[in-house]
Parts: sequence; C-alpha cells; structure tokens
Amino acid sequence: MKPVEIKKDVYWIGAVDWNRRNFHGYSVAPMGTTYNNYLIMDEKVTLVDTVAEEFWGTLQCNLANVLGDRKIDYIVVNHLEPDHSGCLAKVVEKYKPEKIYTSPMGQKAMEAHFHYKDWPVEVVPTGSEINIGKRTLTFVETRMLHWPDAMLTYCPEEKIAFTNDAFGQNWATSERWADEVDRAKLEELMRFYYANIVLPYSPVVLKTLAALKEMNLEFDMICPDHGLMFRGDDCAWAMEKYQQYAEQKPKNRAVIIYDTMWHSTEKMAKAVAAGLADEGVSVRLMSMKSNHHSEVMLEVFDAAAVIVGSPTHNNGILPLMADMLTYMKGLRPQNKIGSAIGSFGWSGECVKVLTQWLEDMSMEVVEPVKTKFVPDHDAMEKCYEQGKAIAAAVKAKLG
Amino acid sequence: MPDQKERDPMQKYVCEICGYVYDPEVGDPDSDIPAGTSFDDLPDDWTCPICGATKESFVPED
Ligand SMILES: Cc1cc2nc3c(=O)[nH]c(=O)nc-3n(C[C@H](O)[C@H](O)[C@H](O)COP(=O)(O)O)c2cc1C
Ligand SMILES: [Fe+2]
Ligand SMILES: [Fe+2]
Repeated sequence: MKPVEIKKDVYWIGAVDWNRRNFHGYSVAPMGTTYNNYLIMDEKVTLVDTVAEEFWGTLQCNLANVLGDRKIDYIVVNHLEPDHSGCLAKVVEKYKPEKIYTSPMGQKAMEAHFHYKDWPVEVVPTGSEINIGKRTLTFVETRMLHWPDAMLTYCPEEKIAFTNDAFGQNWATSERWADEVDRAKLEELMRFYYANIVLPYSPVVLKTLAALKEMNLEFDMICPDHGLMFRGDDCAWAMEKYQQYAEQKPKNRAVIIYDTMWHSTEKMAKAVAAGLADEGVSVRLMSMKSNHHSEVMLEVFDAAAVIVGSPTHNNGILPLMADMLTYMKGLRPQNKIGSAIGSFGWSGECVKVLTQWLEDMSMEVVEPVKTKFVPDHDAMEKCYEQGKAIAAAVKAKLG
Repeated sequence: MPDQKERDPMQKYVCEICGYVYDPEVGDPDSDIPAGTSFDDLPDDWTCPICGATKESFVPED
C-alpha cells in the first residue's frame, strides 16, 4: 500500500502483512496484520516507529516517496518490540537522524536490543515536549502496556495520538480507517488482540485512560501500530472499548475447554454444556485439538465461567491442556467461575490438577466431576447437574 | 538512609519495571497478602502483581 496522508504533512507509511497467520509465535492472526508507522513532514522530519525487518524494502519505498530529497531528523520510538523496531538500525544507519526519542525504559530496552555505541538517544519522560517546527510532540509513558518501554506520542496541534500497540488489531486491509470497514469484525479483532496481548495489563489500561482524561487531551485521531486507525468520534469509541475490556465484566457465557483421548471427557463436556444451556447460559465447547489457545482466549475473556476438562494422563493432564492453562494463567483473566471435569482409569489426578490451576487464577471454583473410564447414564446426569450448578453460580455473579 | 530498624513499615515501594506501587495499607489481596503487611515482611518469593518482577526490582517511593 502507498503512503496515505492522514493530515496535511502527516503520513501513514506502514506495511501490510497479508500472509501473516502466526502473530509473534503465540497468537493466530486469521486476517493477517499491518505494521503502521508514521512520518511527519515538518521543519524537523519525524519518523514515528518503524516496521518489521522483513518489510525494510516497503519502508524504503514509502520513505523515498514522501521524503523526496529531505532526510529524517528525528525518530520517535514508542515501543521496542521488533515488529515496530525491526528496521530501526537500518534507518539509523541510512538516515543518520539527529535524535532518537524514547521512554526511560525504552533506552534500556534499546541498548539490550541493538547494542549500539553512538546513537543520539534522548529520553523523553511523561510530560516532556519536543518542538519539530509547526508542531510539538508530547509523550506519555504507558509502561507495561504491554512492555515496560511502551509510550504514546501526542501531537496537540493535530490532536493525533500515536499509541503503538494500544488500540491495535491484527487485520490486513486496503482500508486504513475504522469507519471504512465492518464494525463488528473490527471490534472482534480488537478484542482478540486485547484478550491475547493486553489483558494482563488491564490495571495499567485503566490507569492510563484515567490519566489521559485528567490531562484533558482532545483526540481527533488515534493511530495504533497494527490495523485500522480511528478518526473523529471513533476515537472515543476505541477508548470506551478499552475501558470496557479492562474492567473485565463477565457476560452470561461459559466456555468449556477440553482435550480427550477416547472421548469420555468429551462426552462429559457435552453433558455439562447441556446443563448450562438449559439454564440459559450461552456456552461454547472448545476442543484443544480444533482450536488454537489464542482463539480459546477470546472466549475466555468474555465468559463468566471457564470449565476445563482433561482425562488423567501419566498422573497428570494432557499436554494441550497444560499449554492452554499455562497460556491462560499468564494472561491473568479476572472475575471468573471455574470448574473441572475429567475421565480417568486408575490413579485419577485429572480434576485435582485442573482445579489447582483454576485456584491459581483465583477463580471461584464449583465442585468438579470425574468419571472412571466411560461415563454411564448416572455420570452423564452428574455432569448435567454440574452444568446447572455452574449456571446458578453465573447467575449469582451477574446479579 | 535510615537503618533497618527505623524504616517506616508503612513505606510504599514502587516497581522499577512497571511502576506498580506496593502499599502496605492495602497489601496484595490477590496474592493473599493482608493489609498492614510491610514491604519487608512480604515473602521472598512475592512478585509484582502487574509485571511479575521480584522484590529486588522495588525501590522505596519518595
Ligand atoms: C507477549 C510478550 C510477553 C512477554 N512477557 C515477558 C515477561 O513476562 N518477562 C520478561 O522478562 N520478558 C517478557 N517478554 C519479552 C521477551 O522475553 C523478549 O522479547 C525476548 O527477547 C524474546 O526472545 P525470543 O527472540 O527468543 O523470542 C515478553 C514478550 C512478549 C512479546
Ligand atoms: Fe508489542
Ligand atoms: Fe506490535
């Protein structure tokens, strides 16, 4: 895609990664992604972030296209993760910028990534301001959203916030603006991104949103580093969404996550699902053989109840469930009811191990059910009743 | 610097990695740390509830 002038002399110069499906190794990206970065043509030509290293060719074309015979004077580094700093060393080498601006933690991360000796790095803590000609840029540290070095860059004259990973979505499109695409799809992809990347830092999101409100900044454009940009009223829409996500209010939904060898645990899962559904709780059954852990996380994020199922396998649980639980625990979902199910043959550790994971995530645990080998009618009835018990707990929680 | 004995048990500590502030008045309920627990009395394996850093990453808040 060619550069897009988003305001006079302010350009989107990103790269669209149409074929990306694996996002950074831990999440899927079914619609691909983009690496957005921005170039401001002022007295000091300022580049905000770069793109992933493999798009160095695209970045050079975009830069040449907008720069003409001018050079880059300043670089602002909002976040050092390689999807945004992958071309930083090459840009520095080629354009020899006068200054590279970054957050206090960014300086440390930059040293640890690039091991440079003589880069003109300058730290810009929250509230500092630089003048680039007609415009100023101010900086707000967004530490730990989602890396220690993250910050956002705000241009008061244009009312633009360059927010890096915050408000991003993985979506490769020819459109650049949120108002040009299907809203439901956009929201789902934004939620997907949040559930898999930003979720553990929800307290920081709430703090940052409150701080932005306090600063009384006006927003005409929110420009994240992945996916579509927001303009006009959509800025408030995006912030409202983040407020909601960070609050993690559970919905009338349950997700049953399981793996199974000989389908006994799966049968149990279906009986639990029936119990939940009959009590009016929307339920999703997700086999770890059919779903990636990041897809499961999208469902966990909104659900009031999370039921995990595994047979006993070598005195523990099946590895795909261990993967899921490790991943889920790291993302620290809050305000959930949890329960466990599993079939076993002789030693039967499954539900004990699963329940420990739920407790480690501070879930409100509903009595688990385990079945020796193949569930009979009574065992299925017990699972159905468990589903109803979980539904009652969900109702109580939602009030 | 006041020595160990004079240290205020209600002193807040801030995580240098993520900026989380440990406030003894609040404790860390999510990790079963009751209100009133001074930073020094936190278990050695206690970690920052935001970024997971160990106690060494904390400095007194001024
Ligand atoms: C989503 C995500 C979460 C991370 N969480 C942590 C963390 O909790 N603690 C940490 O020290 N580093 C964390 N990191 C940083 C990585 O460990 C670091 O980027 C590392 O250099 C990546 O190594 P690799 O190139 O082998 O993947 C995280 C990185 C990402 C992308
Ligand atoms: Fe990132
Ligand atoms: Fe990113």
